Amino acid sequence: MAILIDRRSRIVVQGLTGSSGRRHGLLCRDYGSQVVAGVTPGKGGMNIDGIPVFDTVAEAVELCQVDVSMIFVPPPAAAEAILEAGDAGIRLAVCITEGIPVQDMVLVNRALGDCSMRLIGPNCPGLITPGQCKVGILPSDIHRPGPIGVVSRSGTLTYEAVQQLSNAGLGQSTCVGIGGDPIIGTSFIDVLAMFNDDADTEGVFLIGEIGGTAEEEAAIWIRQNMRKPVAGYIAGVTAPPGKRMGHAGAIVSGGSGRAADKIAALRNSGVEVAENPALMAEVMQKALRSADIAGHDS
Amino acid sequence: MKLHEYQAKELFHRYGIAVPHSHLVRSIEETGQAADALAGSCIVKAQIHAGGRGKVGGVVRVKTSRQARDAARRLLHRPLVTAQTGPHGLPVNSLLVEEIIPVARELYLSLTLDRSSGRYCLIASAQGGVDIEQTARNTPERVSRLTIDPLIGLRAYHARGVARFLGLDGPLAKEAVALILALNRCFLDRDASLVEINPLVVTEEGHLLAMDAKVSIDDSALFRQKEVADWRDETQFDPLEVRAARSDIAYIKMDGRIGCLVNGAGLAMATLDMLSECGGKPANFLDVGGGADQDKVVEAFRILLEDPTVEGILVNIFGGIMRCDLIAASLIAAAKEVGCSLPIVVRMAGARRKEGRQLLEQAELNIVWQDKLASAAAAIVRHLSPAV
Repeated sequence: MAILIDRRSRIVVQGLTGSSGRRHGLLCRDYGSQVVAGVTPGKGGMNIDGIPVFDTVAEAVELCQVDVSMIFVPPPAAAEAILEAGDAGIRLAVCITEGIPVQDMVLVNRALGDCSMRLIGPNCPGLITPGQCKVGILPSDIHRPGPIGVVSRSGTLTYEAVQQLSNAGLGQSTCVGIGGDPIIGTSFIDVLAMFNDDADTEGVFLIGEIGGTAEEEAAIWIRQNMRKPVAGYIAGVTAPPGKRMGHAGAIVSGGSGRAADKIAALRNSGVEVAENPALMAEVMQKALRSADIAGHDS
Repeated sequence: MKLHEYQAKELFHRYGIAVPHSHLVRSIEETGQAADALAGSCIVKAQIHAGGRGKVGGVVRVKTSRQARDAARRLLHRPLVTAQTGPHGLPVNSLLVEEIIPVARELYLSLTLDRSSGRYCLIASAQGGVDIEQTARNTPERVSRLTIDPLIGLRAYHARGVARFLGLDGPLAKEAVALILALNRCFLDRDASLVEINPLVVTEEGHLLAMDAKVSIDDSALFRQKEVADWRDETQFDPLEVRAARSDIAYIKMDGRIGCLVNGAGLAMATLDMLSECGGKPANFLDVGGGADQDKVVEAFRILLEDPTVEGILVNIFGGIMRCDLIAASLIAAAKEVGCSLPIVVRMAGARRKEGRQLLEQAELNIVWQDKLASAAAAIVRHLSPAV
């Protein structure tokens, strides 16, 4: 079952004619995803390696029955691309673009409140349901199908976690990169709730980082609602305050957003938090053992 | 991107927000002339990208132009260390010489992003001139937070409510409404991530005036904020940070001896954490990014190799979009160009890892290969430990 995407998902790539859109659109198709349409305003009628390109998302929905959009549109036009997807009746938009102005995202975030579309990202690696469907830029070969749901604010750190999990025999139901920006469409809590209700997911690995209070909010939600074991890791214990650590959202400011507070909040909710990034699979196994789920750690 | 106080006040002035009369000066001579123009009695304020200036003598009240010159002699062209600057301080290249204004009350006003709701919020307090976070912790009832619906915007009735909360009435309330709406226009027009007036003062003459001004611009919006983007003061950054920014490399100078090169912000933070867990201290944070080409990666290595505090290098790459062999080739090219005898520990995983390793093994460099993050961090710390 997994969450959000599976082999039936029909995908349009907004920005398919750009270099990143083309490259990753085709890589997703190679993985088995049904990438059936592209959209670039002014380039309708073209095709990219057999994938038809339209001027508008509405045409792609009408003619190709797409329900998922992967967005590779550059920052100045990315917010509009998200709004267009929502208006065209897309179910799930995954925005990979990094560097969208915050003011644009404030408006998008408000508009999504009145629309049924879910947004993942922006500034994210996308998501993958191993063996079925990939929508994003994650390296395919490190993933294995299995019972662990992964949710993360990061990109390459997620790959590190997934490789550790796969090497330890812990495959993944779905891995979701929710993005490193201050305003994102889907929160830890949204994804945790989906994993909670997903029959294929037996445990969840959560990767957070400094900045904001999303991990603290997730910790409260886990304590009150989560029926499955959760393990995690928080990056940035040694990050100096007031400095933006690469991601637009990764900054400790005015005593809030510190890694230590996030780790304490998660541990208070029974989450196994790794002391360092080399121990991510180990804490997941520990969480599964305490919950009496063997996993595949023989 | 932070603005200087004088730049923020220039913006405020353009939006009709009253600020004190002032002169920006860059020499002792100019400071004396500016003080003379204000009849001697004035405030001399060091312009740096950090707060906490008042507590360390960076804001000086003087009575004569001679005292103003003395203050300038003490402040100009040397670093000022405050609670917010770090141990090395920030260089003072200019001073703001400002008229003294008799004050009746000090208030607080700011606009910023509320991350939890994903909306902008207006924060106000009748208790100005002090740390707002402390006021909010100790006496939350004295701080008002108004979250703004972006489809409705900040309206005059919102501003009237805030004026009332600040205890302003009559003509002052009217002035406050105009000021709050102007501040909001400035915030949105300029893609600010923070505008803060602390203190916003009621003068003895009964008018509102921005005594201090803090503005930060959203880095992601600089492509459409050309004017303020040009106001960037590169002297307020480490020279290596300035260089990295020119190549769009996320780099932060730190205090240790181990240079780090990583792809991805999260993995870069995790690598620093792993180093410190092993007893090592990073010389920098460096995220070379996802889609970097060889030129960018070579420049990233040059920055590490030319940093005199770096005594060893840890490379941690998880190949995805970024290919490990490209990193390896870049490292070899940069080392050849700069000349490198430093110990380097390389850990690579993911796309084209084998090819990357092969390239590095053929190169005549002092490289130790490790397969795992933990052993890589331990190895570079071990290499440097005799020097501790």
